[in-house]
Amino acid sequence: MTELPAQAFAVTRAFGHFVAVDQVDLEVRPGEVVGLLGANGAGKTTLIRLLLGLLRPSGGEIRLFGEPPSRHARRRIGYVPQGLGLYDDLTPAENLAFSAAVFGEGPEAAALPAPLRPYRGTVVGALPLGVQRTAAFAEALAHRPDLLVLDEPTSGVDPLARARLWETVAAAAAAGAGVLVTTHYMDEAGECDRLVIMAAGRAVARGTAREITGDTRISVVEAESWAAAFGALEAAGLPVTLVGRTLRVPGVPPDAVRRALGNLPATVTSAPATLEERFFELTLSSGKTEAPS
Amino acid sequence: MTAPGAAGSAGGWWGTEDVCVRFGGTLALDHVWFRAEPGRVSAVVGGDGAGRTTLLRCLAGALAPASGRVRRPAPLATGYMSAGSGVYPDLSVNENLAFRATAYRVPPQQAHERTGELLARAGLDRVGDRLAGQLSGGMRQKLGVIAAMIHRPDLLVLDEPTTGVDPVSRSDLWWLIARAAAGGTAVVLATSYLDEAERAHDVLVLDAGTVLGSGTAEQIVAAMPGSLTVTGERPAGEAGRRAWRREGRWRVWDPAGGDPAGVIVPDLQDAVTVAILARELSLVPAGGEPR
Repeated sequence: MTELPAQAFAVTRAFGHFVAVDQVDLEVRPGEVVGLLGANGAGKTTLIRLLLGLLRPSGGEIRLFGEPPSRHARRRIGYVPQGLGLYDDLTPAENLAFSAAVFGEGPEAAALPAPLRPYRGTVVGALPLGVQRTAAFAEALAHRPDLLVLDEPTSGVDPLARARLWETVAAAAAAGAGVLVTTHYMDEAGECDRLVIMAAGRAVARGTAREITGDTRISVVEAESWAAAFGALEAAGLPVTLVGRTLRVPGVPPDAVRRALGNLPATVTSAPATLEERFFELTLSSGKTEAPS
Repeated sequence: MTAPGAAGSAGGWWGTEDVCVRFGGTLALDHVWFRAEPGRVSAVVGGDGAGRTTLLRCLAGALAPASGRVRRPAPLATGYMSAGSGVYPDLSVNENLAFRATAYRVPPQQAHERTGELLARAGLDRVGDRLAGQLSGGMRQKLGVIAAMIHRPDLLVLDEPTTGVDPVSRSDLWWLIARAAAGGTAVVLATSYLDEAERAHDVLVLDAGTVLGSGTAEQIVAAMPGSLTVTGERPAGEAGRRAWRREGRWRVWDPAGGDPAGVIVPDLQDAVTVAILARELSLVPAGGEPR
């Protein structure tokens, strides 16, 4: 059997009556970047915790490198959690040295990458967010993992810093690591070889961004007064979004939008949906998006 | 100098004129001109330390500039949400809103009417008794925005309302923002998402306290110096320093705008990346390490 970095077979996890992950199949192959998209409460973080062996499935099966999750398998994983998992009161070098020691790596794994050298003497808590993220990446990659798991790795950084973090991810994949990454930023879907969209615990779509968007279309309104058109569409209960002076209405055909506008001067046309708009359709049609507390 | 109410009802604008802010020896804002107009959404973009929060705090009246002038409405006609939502974690959703309504002198009945619909649309109507500290990040941000607009301010200042928020909550937040602008409010928001900036009417690009660009997204793109090409591999040598990864390929910036073959039409994300890159390259000599 080929040794895939991560596999989930119909994996389910319930907390009481709440099913956080519901019969999800997932596969991360070597050298592949898989993007996991979903609203809060869709089950992404629970699925990651299952894959890391931090939670046991209620049903189904997880395999890491062809085996059930174990300490041994976990040594081959690099993980960057949402909170980055760095010690705020240690410098990047101290964080790296500590992590290298935990993973049983030699001092070469604790070598500070060039972009972090100017911050040698600063504790992590005092570094800019983009630099903290670079440090977390360096730590996760230091033991040359075969599976890299990144939970919202680029949140809050500028576009150039974001491009550089993706460069690091792509380099790890090119070196043969499988990568599983969650993001809330649909533009980053273009960095992934494959996407899996989760909603209400289920995997509701998979494929490339283009495959998932397919031929979904939305209505576009160009009105003399966008504010007036916005008010009319809102009063009709339609899901309207503002893009500059243009309004976009997903899931509603142009003639229905035209009717809702009444006598307001406006042109209504149809346009291909973006991945984000397709994502909303999938998420909203699957019901609730927030987990109960 | 700060001049509350300076723009008055003359159909004017809010913003900054030649504003400088210093923190110790650091120039956090360096002669910043910025204009936010009623009924329009302005996005302030930039990375860490760009000065976005400092600019927003000036607009909100929370910080006085060292020099220059801030044009802002009277405090009761300004709405401000600080980064991290600014809600009281130990108060419930309803208590947070009641407190804000009192602070902004909105009569309770009026506040109730205004927020009822916004809460329902933002999916917060069934969590009115929940402590704000127990809300998800997206819900807390939505509460923060509703609290900041409860008094229908002339100027609504939102510091990173959507950072780290999931796409569904982000869409709800944008609905709230559009709703405020549709009602005539000038909305200023800081964001690190360029697709959001592209949706705004006006964009201000800040880096290290300096304005790198301002205008509509189209104007900022049109003002991008040089040209961009796309390649499958990072170019070798000096050109590699002017390249960055996007959507699995490499964008290469040519400041001289040379060979027209293979040149692509940039978008706002490209133009902002070029602006940050150009500044970085001017600070780092070839072969050197970053400051």
